[in-house]
Parts: sequence; C-alpha cells; structure tokens
Amino acid sequence: MNLILFTFIVLLGFTSYYFGRKKAYTIQSTKKRLTALPQFYGYYLAIWCAIPAFIIFSLWAIFEPTIVKLLILSDYSNQGYLDDELNLLYEKSKALSRGQFTGEITPFIEASAEKYLSLRSIAQSSKVVIVLSAIIASVAYAYKRISSNSRTREPVEKFLNAVLFTASLAAILTTVGIVFSLIFQTIDFFKVIPLFDFVFGTHWYPAKAFVRDSSEALDPTMYSDTFGAVPIFAGTFFIAFIAMCVAIPIGLMSGIYLAEYASTKVRQYAKPLIEILAGIPTVVYGFFAALTVGPFLKELGTSMGLEVSAESALAAGGVMGIMIIPFISSLSDDVITSVPQSLRDGSYAMGATKSETIKRVIFPAALPGIVGSILLGVSRAIGETMIVVMASGLAANLTLNPLESTSTITAQIVVILIGDQAFGDPKTQAAFALGMSLFLVTLCLNIVALRVVKKYREKYE
Amino acid sequence: MRKNGVKMIKIKAKDVDVFYGKKQALFNISLDIEENQVTALIGPSGCGKSTFLRCLNRMNDVIDICSVKGEIFINDFNINDKSCDVVRLREKIGMVFQKPNPFPKTLYENVSYGPTIHGMAQSKQEMDEIVETSLKKAALWEEVKDRLHEPGTGLSGGQQQRLCIARAISVTPEVILMDEPCSALDPIATAQIEELIDELKKEHTIIIVTHSMAQAARVSQNTGFFHLGQLIEHGSTDKIFKNPDNKKTQDYITGRFG
Repeated sequence: MNLILFTFIVLLGFTSYYFGRKKAYTIQSTKKRLTALPQFYGYYLAIWCAIPAFIIFSLWAIFEPTIVKLLILSDYSNQGYLDDELNLLYEKSKALSRGQFTGEITPFIEASAEKYLSLRSIAQSSKVVIVLSAIIASVAYAYKRISSNSRTREPVEKFLNAVLFTASLAAILTTVGIVFSLIFQTIDFFKVIPLFDFVFGTHWYPAKAFVRDSSEALDPTMYSDTFGAVPIFAGTFFIAFIAMCVAIPIGLMSGIYLAEYASTKVRQYAKPLIEILAGIPTVVYGFFAALTVGPFLKELGTSMGLEVSAESALAAGGVMGIMIIPFISSLSDDVITSVPQSLRDGSYAMGATKSETIKRVIFPAALPGIVGSILLGVSRAIGETMIVVMASGLAANLTLNPLESTSTITAQIVVILIGDQAFGDPKTQAAFALGMSLFLVTLCLNIVALRVVKKYREKYE
Repeated sequence: MRKNGVKMIKIKAKDVDVFYGKKQALFNISLDIEENQVTALIGPSGCGKSTFLRCLNRMNDVIDICSVKGEIFINDFNINDKSCDVVRLREKIGMVFQKPNPFPKTLYENVSYGPTIHGMAQSKQEMDEIVETSLKKAALWEEVKDRLHEPGTGLSGGQQQRLCIARAISVTPEVILMDEPCSALDPIATAQIEELIDELKKEHTIIIVTHSMAQAARVSQNTGFFHLGQLIEHGSTDKIFKNPDNKKTQDYITGRFG
C-alpha cells in the first residue's frame, strides 16, 4: 500500500514538473521574459509536491503507532494493569493481528487485535487521503502563483542546498552516533574493570568471562587479570611493525622506480598491475596467509630446526605488508612525480647522477608526502582484521618472537563478538573498549598523516 | 679575452641537429663561443635557442625523446663523444634556469650541494670557504650571511636567482649557461643580475639566452640570432645590433616581428 502511494507521489512529482515547465513555456510564448529557465519552474512545482508529502509521511511515521497504541490500551484502563503488562498485551494483540501469535488467545486479546486491524486500515486510508489532498492543494497553489516575474530559481537552489546539507549532516551524525555508542559502552566497561588493569594488565583471557553462569551476580573480582590489554596491543603493534617492514622498503622502492626510472611504457603497465594488489579482498589475503604462507614458514622453519607455529605473527604480518605495498608505492609515486621538474634539472645541471638527485633533492622534497603515505599504511595495518584472524591465531600471547602466534585488537573483537553476546556483560563491553582504543590510535595516525600531507601541499602549490 | 689579439674559442659547435621525436628543432648549427666573454642568444619563442643551450651541458639527455647529432667541442674535446663523462662535463659547465629553482634545503646546503657531490671539500672549513666565496661572487653574502641555515625557498625571487648562481659557481665551472635568468624578476633584481654577469665573465665564459634585446645589448659582447631552429647570424653584439648582415636579423632587432 505504502509503495503504491509512494510511486503515485513520485508520478505526481513528475507531472507537476511537466506542468510547471509547460506554464513557463506558455508565458514565454507571449513574448514575456522569464526570470529563470523553464525547467526551474518545473522543479519549483515538483518541490512543492515533494515537501508536503515528506512532512506528512514523517509525522505519520512518528505519531501513528503511539496513537494506535493509546486507543487500544484505553480499553484496559482502570483495570489495574501495570505498564509492563499493558505493553505485553499490546504486543500480543499486534502479533495476533498479523497471525504470528502462538500463545493462549483470550477474548480480550482477540477483540484488541480486531480493533488494531480496523484502526490500522482507517489510519492507512486517511493517510492516503490527507497526503494526496495536501499535495494537490500545495501544487495547485504554487501553480497559480508562478508567473513571468515570480522567483523560482532561488527557492530551487535553496532546496538543493538543503538536500546536500542534509546528506552531509547524515554522514556526520552517523559518525558521532558510532563514537558515542563506543564511549558509553566503554565507560560501562571501565566501571567493572579498572582502567589501570586494562591498560597495564598483561593477561588477556576473556574466555574466563565466557564461562560465567549468567544467573550469578556480577562479581568484579572474578575479572581481575582477565582483561589486561597489553598483550593484544603489543601483538597489534608487533604485527603492524612486521607488515611495515615488508611494505615500506618494497613500496617505497617500487614507487621511486615507477616515478623516476621506469619508462613511460613500463609505468603504463606496471602501475595498474601493482594497484591490482589493492583490489584483492582482504579475506583472500587471509587464507593465502593461513593456508599457503603459514604452513610454508612452518616447514621452512622445521627444516632449519626452528620451532614455528602454523599460525605465526610473521605469516600474518608479511602478508599484510604485501597488502599495503600498493598504498605506499602508489602514493609515494604520486608525491615524487609532483616534485617540480625544475628541481631535478637544477640537480642534474650540477652534475649530480640520478641516484644522487633522488637521494639528496627529490626524496627530501617528497618526504612529508612519503611520511603521510606511510602513516596511512600503518593505520591500515593496525585496523586490518581478516588476515590476523585467519593467520596469526587467537591466543593473546605476550611475545616478541615472530614465529609464535599472537593476537591483535581487531582479532580479539571478532573473538568476543562471534556467537551469542550478552548485553551489559563486561566481555561484550570489552569489545567496545578495544574498538574505542583502536579508533583513537587510527584517528591520531590519520590526523598526523593528513597534517603532514597538507603541509607538503602548501609548499609546492 | 684576446691573447695577442687572437680570439680564444672556448666552445665550438659543428653541424648540430636536434630532434624531438621526429620533429627537428635545430638545423645545422655551427657556432663558436669566445672565452671569458658574454654571448647572448636571441630570437623569437620556440626558435631553439634554449634547446641549443641545453646541448652544451647535455641537459637534453634528460628528455627521453630528444636526440642530438653533430659535434660540440669544449676545450677541443667533443662532448657528444661516447667517452664524455656527463658528471664531469656538468661540473665544468654550470647552468642557471629561467625560474629560480633553489632546492628545498638551507641556503648553505644549496651552495654546498655541488662541492659535496663532486667531493671538492676535505673539511668543514674548506666547505665553509667555498660557500662564502660563492655567495660573495654571487653578490648575496652580505644579505644572507646571518641566515645561512634558513631554507633557500624563503628568499625573494631575485635573491633566489642569485642563490642559484652561487650554487652554479660553487664548483668553479669554466662556462655558465643562463636560460633567461631574469625573465621572472623585477627590474631592480634584473639590474643586479646583469651587473653580476659582467663581474662573472672575468672568470667564466657566459652564454645567456634572453628575450630582451635591451638586455642582450647591455650584457653581451657577442650575439647569435636564432630563427625557426636555424642560426641566422652571429657576430659581435655591436655589429648585430647596429649593422646586421641579414634582413631577418634587422627586422627582429627593430621589432618588426618576433
């Protein structure tokens, strides 16, 4: 029903656009000069159609359920029901009216369900009538108003401005909402687990919290030594470090090669090929690390007499590094290419060789941009989940041996939130605390990276 | 400079052709450059004078599609020969560009760049001396001696160009090539650079490309006129400006085309 109504309103919108434009053409044909192009008259009418429809629809969505509920529950007033029981009754009758009720059907509930259905159908038909009449009235009013010297361009531009503003507002509000939900849950978490234990504790063993019987009362002492985040922070930075050890040299050198040494033809093919790496889904990298690189390292290690875990930080970090190569190489290629040719000429004219020019002039000039690209790579490495979950294990060992398995913040969030979660439980809230810390770390890195890149831009543009 | 009344030839170009891809930019240029004199290359835009200048320190090597044919002798050594070491060549032949292009480093590092890559100073004192003398010769020392460790990009346009000249002369080149060195500068900075050029010719041979005929007349002893990739006429500046042999030169000098 709503869909049909909506389609009809859209059709009405197009029709009013058409009429508005037609009226403008008619005015034009009498040799009068219009204040705007004819299509603005059309848009103007279409907006007059869309706005009332939108307002009525949203008001309806907000108030209809409340009013229907009030009307149904008015039957039960003065019967000494508690609020909770009333809510339950309402939900029961709603479910019955949809035919999804499985409990015992009492005559009261049946009557309420019938009343609910009739109220809904009244509401629905009155909505159709009100929306359509409002649209027709407003479009008719606007249609009468437009004349050769009426202003149509400004309202249309203002409307567009408002639409665009709303879109960006939605994006910002979502971010704010996410951050706030993180903050509140994190605060709840730290009410049970002291901040000090979280930041400096060296044992991360949330499984201990899993075995708690939910009927037991919450006893903070049983969580001591359970949520110490040091091992997973260490694991996160350690794996990111291994990844950057792979990504920075390879990415940077391939970036320099592409920008300075490669002929146009090589560059033309090599650059897109490297960028294909960035298009591989991380889950594919994940099983590449877990099923190919991990076992290979284990065999290699065993043949050399080393103890290598099949899930090792080295496998995860190494593959993650490969994933990050295209970011660094592509970004540093861009910043190196944007170093002015005049600097290269100046250096060559002094008798410097290509490598001297790169080392002494181009690299320092491009350094801020390169640092920016590296920082962006680091924040990707820290936030990467799939590869770590699959390839580096889930046990949060506090170790600096790349051949052992370790775990990261992201992997632990996955571990905590897989399966059933209890809300308000420290084990679930731990995920929010971890998410919050991860967010803060990457936020800082991104801010620094953007600052550095911006500073560089100011210098040369 | 004349020794016993004989002109000393520093650079001798013979039948130089330059191609950008398939397009020929220079046709059969033969030109002698006198030692310790200023030679101006003039001509309308796109006539090939900058291209010729860039042949003299093989800067055209940097451009992939550019190929140079013919012989260019500097001190009787053909620089287009395979045995020529470009690094040594560019040490002997400095260049100053149209737009000041100091490196984004300190003033000191800008000037010490050449001496460092050519290993010319054994100690810090030696390097300090090189930097000081170069800046003095470029008439910049007094203005910047207290801020040698500030970025070179913070100077004014004219100062930047003099810094670039200091950088070029820091390796004591025999020849300095100048590609429209004043085109981005105001008249006062231009006058300073011109004065400097006059000073520098005592120790260096200077070749300057310029669009300003007045500048060519002011600073040069010899002038070559290029048109459409050909060297139309060349000789002493006096003769070119007062009594040119070629009608095209006459027309260009008097502003009838260009």
